[in-house]
Amino acid sequence: MGIFEAILLTVITAATPLVLAAVGELVTERSGVLNLGVEGMMIMGAACAFIATQMTGSPYVGILAGIASGALFSLLFGFLTLTLVANQVATGLALTILGLGVSGMIGEAYVGQSGIKLPQIVFPVLSDIPFLGALLFKQDLIFYLSIAVVVGVNWFLFRSRAGLKLRSVGDSHASAHALGINVIRMRYLAVMFGGACAGLAGAQLSLVYTPQWVENMSAGRGWIALALVVFASWRPWRVVAGGYLFGAVSISQLHAQAFGIGIPSQFLSALPYLATIVVLILISHNRRTTLINTPASLGKPFVPDR
Amino acid sequence: MRIELERRPEVSRLFSLLSPVIALALTMIFGGIMFLLLGKNPVTALYSFFIEPLMEVWSLHELAIKAAPLILIGVGLSVCYRSNNWNIGAEGQFIAGAIAGSILPVVFYEWHSPLVLPLMLLLGILGGALFAGIPAFLKAHLNTNEILTSLMLVYVAQLFLDWLVRGPWRNPGGLNFPETRTFDPVSVLPEMIASGRTHWGFGFAILAAVAIWFMMRYTLKGFEITVLGQSERAGRFAGFSSRKMIWFSMLLSGALAGLAGISEVSGAIQQLRPVISPGYGFTAIIVAFLGRLNPLGIVVAGLVLALTYLGGEAAQLSLGVSDKVTRVFQGLLLFFVLSCDTLIRYKIKLVWSNLTGTATEGAH
Repeated sequence: MGIFEAILLTVITAATPLVLAAVGELVTERSGVLNLGVEGMMIMGAACAFIATQMTGSPYVGILAGIASGALFSLLFGFLTLTLVANQVATGLALTILGLGVSGMIGEAYVGQSGIKLPQIVFPVLSDIPFLGALLFKQDLIFYLSIAVVVGVNWFLFRSRAGLKLRSVGDSHASAHALGINVIRMRYLAVMFGGACAGLAGAQLSLVYTPQWVENMSAGRGWIALALVVFASWRPWRVVAGGYLFGAVSISQLHAQAFGIGIPSQFLSALPYLATIVVLILISHNRRTTLINTPASLGKPFVPDR
Repeated sequence: MRIELERRPEVSRLFSLLSPVIALALTMIFGGIMFLLLGKNPVTALYSFFIEPLMEVWSLHELAIKAAPLILIGVGLSVCYRSNNWNIGAEGQFIAGAIAGSILPVVFYEWHSPLVLPLMLLLGILGGALFAGIPAFLKAHLNTNEILTSLMLVYVAQLFLDWLVRGPWRNPGGLNFPETRTFDPVSVLPEMIASGRTHWGFGFAILAAVAIWFMMRYTLKGFEITVLGQSERAGRFAGFSSRKMIWFSMLLSGALAGLAGISEVSGAIQQLRPVISPGYGFTAIIVAFLGRLNPLGIVVAGLVLALTYLGGEAAQLSLGVSDKVTRVFQGLLLFFVLSCDTLIRYKIKLVWSNLTGTATEGAH
């Protein structure tokens, strides 16, 4: 394997959790709900996936645990913001704070244990394709799932009836309600899908990216995923492009640190965060296009009049 | 069973006061259950978490020291949140203030003058305000989401501090530890009360809370903040500028976070280290909400949250539970505060579904 392939492989590994978490949040936001708790759901997914894997010896059980914990945790957010119409921004922050706390507590006994890495699934024949074979067909299950989720979400949102309903809920909940769509139920499902995706992204961190448990190991990736949704102007394939771009930035800074190019490592580590800011500026400075792309009911509470 | 909300004709005054109390009580109950699951006696655990730290003079001083940054930051954030500007990067502004204020005692350590301390505080305020000015500028002029930019800058500030204390600002006589030289006595914030360690940071916090309470209640600026926060459109008709409000609220909260940062470093730590805050900037968000975005409420809330830090340390020593319990308590508390706030504007009804119930649901 050439060095270029090796670098691209690490980019894919770094990008997968970003793509997964962002595409989940994209569906949530398309339904009109802004869940800022991605970081919290992700770190819960990482902790639960790691613990379940250590207990059962199977990383596949770990994946399920990650997905389930993310979805369950997001239900807390759903209950507060959808049933009790609490402020979405504040509740999302609460989810992140609680997630960081709970994961730190339940994970404490597992600090320093070496985990089990999720095995590769090799597609026969396809994996022999030069260059692309190793990149796309000799990966772990979560990578394949990330691609499947993007394809599925894209189809669901723009080609299915339920997806059209979900988008209408996000663009005008009052009209959707008048048309007989159950706004709250649709939003609960969208929130849980976002939670499941963030949990799976967390599982990728503790089973693939670095197979161990470290407190706060999500290191702001949940927030970067939130920025990616804005960057992608709420379109699934652009999330993939953005996710891989960010994966490349974070990997290139790691390689630059390894080569020792004379720039302090802290400055290089700050690059992904600074890149996020730059990208947000570039995307948002045109008020009109931002207004057109943003789901019109995003972040607004809905109380059905009965 | 289904939960339905019915809007109250008026905001309930009773629940405005009761909701933080109910939230605290619920947090205690759930905290007790958590201790039970951890195999501890919930009563003794809660006692050592919430009561024991209040029994001795020295720990009351520790409480004030920890409450000072929480109140200072929380009061500033309340202005932001009331005006609908979501600054969640106070942790970064705290660090920026600490760094800016430390220029004098670390770089110009040979300068001994009574002017040093006031200048340090001023630099701290400026540092925090300038750092908050970045997301303010980006939001006001380039339409960029302040939630994400202010948060990203927290990581940038943490990494910059890490570089400073390991690199150019490392103590030359410090055996290679990642820390700066310790501050000269002229640059240490003095103690406020003779009986213990409480420094003037706590005094600043109380002053700031009273000043902002006055501003919110008795001045036009306070009215402007409330109006623009509730309806930007209504504010525009009244001739208020939401762009200026972004600048005002962000700079104010940044300045207070910066003051908190330099007070903590100068009063409590007396040098810079890679980590100078146990997450004060994030915990202050909880403080702001528990205090119902009211500056005087925030003073009480700051003391409560400071207690969770002390309680975590105490419980770790006496019960052997992890100090991570603190974060869990804080998260739970914010959740319950936000849920209980619903009671202020809505009546909550439990509807037991039956056949007719599902029929009406189908009609929607």
